Amino acid sequence: MSDHSDKRVVVLGAGPGGYPAAFHAAEYGMQVTLVDPAISPGGVCLYRGCIPSKTLLHIARVLFESREVAEWGVTFTEPQIDLDKLRAWKDRVVSRLTGGLGSLSKRRQVNSIQGHGRFLNNHTVVVDKTDGSQEQIEFDYAIISTGSQPAVVPGFPVGSPRVMDSTGALLLSDVPKNLLVVGGGYIGLELGTVYAALGSKVTVVEMAKSLLAGVDRDLAEPLERRLKQILQEVLVETRVAQMEVKDDGVHVKLIGLDLPNPERVFDKVLVAVGRKPDSKDLGLENTAVKVNAKGFIETDAQRRTAEPAIFAIGDVAGEPMLAHKATHEARVATDAIAGKPTIFEPVAIPAVVFTDPEIAWTGLTETQALNQNISHVVARFPWVASGRATTLGRNEGLTKLVLDPRTERILGVGIVGVGAGEMIAEGTLAVEMGARAGDLKATIHAHPTMSETMMEAAEVLHGQSAHIFTPKQDRR
Amino acid sequence: MATAIKLPELGEGIKSADVVSVLVKPGDVIKKDQGVIEIESEKASAEVPSSVAGKVVEVRVKEGDKIKPGQMILTVEEGVTAAAAPKAAAPAKAAETKKPAPATAPQPPKPAAVAAAISDKEPVFASPSVRQFAREIGVDIRAVQGTGPAGRISLDDVKNHARSVASGQAVAPAPSAARPVATPLPDFTKFGEVTREPMNAVRRATAAHMARCWAEIPHVTIFDRADITAAEDLRKQFKTKADAKGGKLTITAILLKVAAAALKTFPRINASVDMAKQETILKRYYNIGCAVDTPRGLMVPVIRDADKKSILQIAAELAQLSEKARTGKLGLNDMQGGTFTITNLGGLGTTYFTPIVNAPEVAILGVGRATMESSYSEGFCRPRLMLPLSLSFDHRVVDGADGARFLHWIVDAMEKPLLMAMEG
Repeated sequence: MSDHSDKRVVVLGAGPGGYPAAFHAAEYGMQVTLVDPAISPGGVCLYRGCIPSKTLLHIARVLFESREVAEWGVTFTEPQIDLDKLRAWKDRVVSRLTGGLGSLSKRRQVNSIQGHGRFLNNHTVVVDKTDGSQEQIEFDYAIISTGSQPAVVPGFPVGSPRVMDSTGALLLSDVPKNLLVVGGGYIGLELGTVYAALGSKVTVVEMAKSLLAGVDRDLAEPLERRLKQILQEVLVETRVAQMEVKDDGVHVKLIGLDLPNPERVFDKVLVAVGRKPDSKDLGLENTAVKVNAKGFIETDAQRRTAEPAIFAIGDVAGEPMLAHKATHEARVATDAIAGKPTIFEPVAIPAVVFTDPEIAWTGLTETQALNQNISHVVARFPWVASGRATTLGRNEGLTKLVLDPRTERILGVGIVGVGAGEMIAEGTLAVEMGARAGDLKATIHAHPTMSETMMEAAEVLHGQSAHIFTPKQDRR
Repeated sequence: MATAIKLPELGEGIKSADVVSVLVKPGDVIKKDQGVIEIESEKASAEVPSSVAGKVVEVRVKEGDKIKPGQMILTVEEGVTAAAAPKAAAPAKAAETKKPAPATAPQPPKPAAVAAAISDKEPVFASPSVRQFAREIGVDIRAVQGTGPAGRISLDDVKNHARSVASGQAVAPAPSAARPVATPLPDFTKFGEVTREPMNAVRRATAAHMARCWAEIPHVTIFDRADITAAEDLRKQFKTKADAKGGKLTITAILLKVAAAALKTFPRINASVDMAKQETILKRYYNIGCAVDTPRGLMVPVIRDADKKSILQIAAELAQLSEKARTGKLGLNDMQGGTFTITNLGGLGTTYFTPIVNAPEVAILGVGRATMESSYSEGFCRPRLMLPLSLSFDHRVVDGADGARFLHWIVDAMEKPLLMAMEG
């Protein structure tokens, strides 16, 4: 390995993009400074996103399952929820992970500075430190990984005690009797599920025609059916025209089709209308870095900005705003700084909605294939025919493959069902490796598992699935 | 103003050389006549000196590249001396690392919050590690033709593509066995002590050429033997005459002449195959190669127009070429243009063997050690000197019967020297 010890690298933001970037750069032997307002690395993902929400979603799942087994003859008494203890558990999970990263960071001799960094020019960053002092850092290369924050809607009093964004919702200060979730995307649905499990009556409003806009309908439908059972109400093609915080609650006025009572009062409101990149207040105007209309920093395929010494990765560098995309970009950017011929070119980036059932997809979706007029064929294996799903009483799932009709190469995979988030890994590997339906078919999958549905979906393509009868004339 | 340093002419007949090592990197300040790369050709290895002094701007070659005379090696900004070359500022340094042309443009952001970015183009049909390997060796993976199921691109496909681009050949995927590619090896040290030695240029060339010949040519080898009792008597008689001319009258020298005559009689053996055009190329010249074992490896010098030369002339020329081969003085010219090859392992006691056809030729004659045998004819057992002969040929153009007739003609000619004068 060539010597990189003369390269000074500063990384702004220590989320799932920033801390791996700092660690990789340190492994190359570069002099690394990691700037973040938090004491330990972690970013939104660990402090205010993926990790705390999944901790709570696991509790939600346990709560729902303990009620569902009554149907099979096992009845529990109504659970007692000690909210302080639950919150402490969630905080312990977070601090355990972030603390671990802190010590890894020290062992890699990354210089961590707590504060907010801004560019003075294309080779200097100034950090307004949390302790009130300032520090200037000269760099040869900088990586911007400042992430994103919840988008705000003008006029919505987010931050008042009754109106939360996702960060506030994860604080779990109380369990409101009635909760309105504004936004039927994955954040709103995940957190809505948590509060519903804890006992809130949750109403979700979504402007679009359906929940999870952009997700294949056949994947979203099983979730929608289940959400209707656990949520108070799901209102699509509806928007919040007015929101006012009063003593007795949040008064909202809804606009939607055939809405019987558009004026309602909720104890609390969660605004989850998406996220926006954190590209402001970085001093980018002092550099040649370009920011597009949506606030994303523009980069090339190596994640290099218009300023050759400055890279941008993660949420701040564009969609999809997913932690694992940022982590992969961290590798690309640091390799590029090390002079390696690397580019960001995944065929598939998996996406998972951690609701119950989970929805996961990777590579080309059927919706994209249709919209972009890409020739494709779809093989579906419904979980009604899955033995494992039946043992769980969760047959609503579906596994589908999107394939190139000419080569039978797997271009994308979509799954809805229990455990879809874990299962999608096989699909991503298949897409990246250029696997064909025949490869999945010829790979032995353990029985009884939900993963068998991947194999059987490939068999469906050839009309050969053991658990689905396809009349001969319908076979391709 | 940047000056290009190019690979100079390397001498008669040398068309390319391998880059063994690159001695400078961008930003280095070099002196005139300082070595910039080390190359190895079939003949020798040498450092290529810079023709100017200055700062290296860009290095266009890397270790393992095959480069041609006149090809650019690097660019140098003239007039920059060590003192005047400050450490490059950060943006400039960053620019240097921007070598690889990104194969795809950055994805435009998709509106859906969690929609995966998908290339508008059909994704490359290759695994991530293969794509990365292609980038590392500078191959545009979209130009590589996959040989896997449904056109999937393997690591070997990328290597073969790189090789064919480097050698200037058209990109045509051959069966992967056709190339001496790196098959994964077990860890031999588990079983005992090993040493590794690098292949020299001759070894590498032989390995690559033989692997290709073996994979491309459907080989048939047939065997026969010639009674050379009479020929051996003649050889002994004329030996001193050959010595006088500076040659050495060997069975090989005689066979070279006989083979030339045989090729004239059987023109389809003096040929090459053009599979692309589905044609057989018949040659009206008779240049016969003779395999020579040298300290550096196998060399095949060629006797030109063997049909027009006397056996004594051939003997003299063969002696000269063999000496040149052994002392490493063969030029590329001495080894080109063969239409047929003779390989004699008789000196080492071998009898029959299966030589590999030296493509683009279509046949090769293997010669073993002649032994005295008792031969029964006309009611008597007589001691006869028998010469084992093995003929390998390319079954794409030479059928078994053609090969047998050709070999039999050679056997006949060795036994009845007049035949050559009659038919050859």
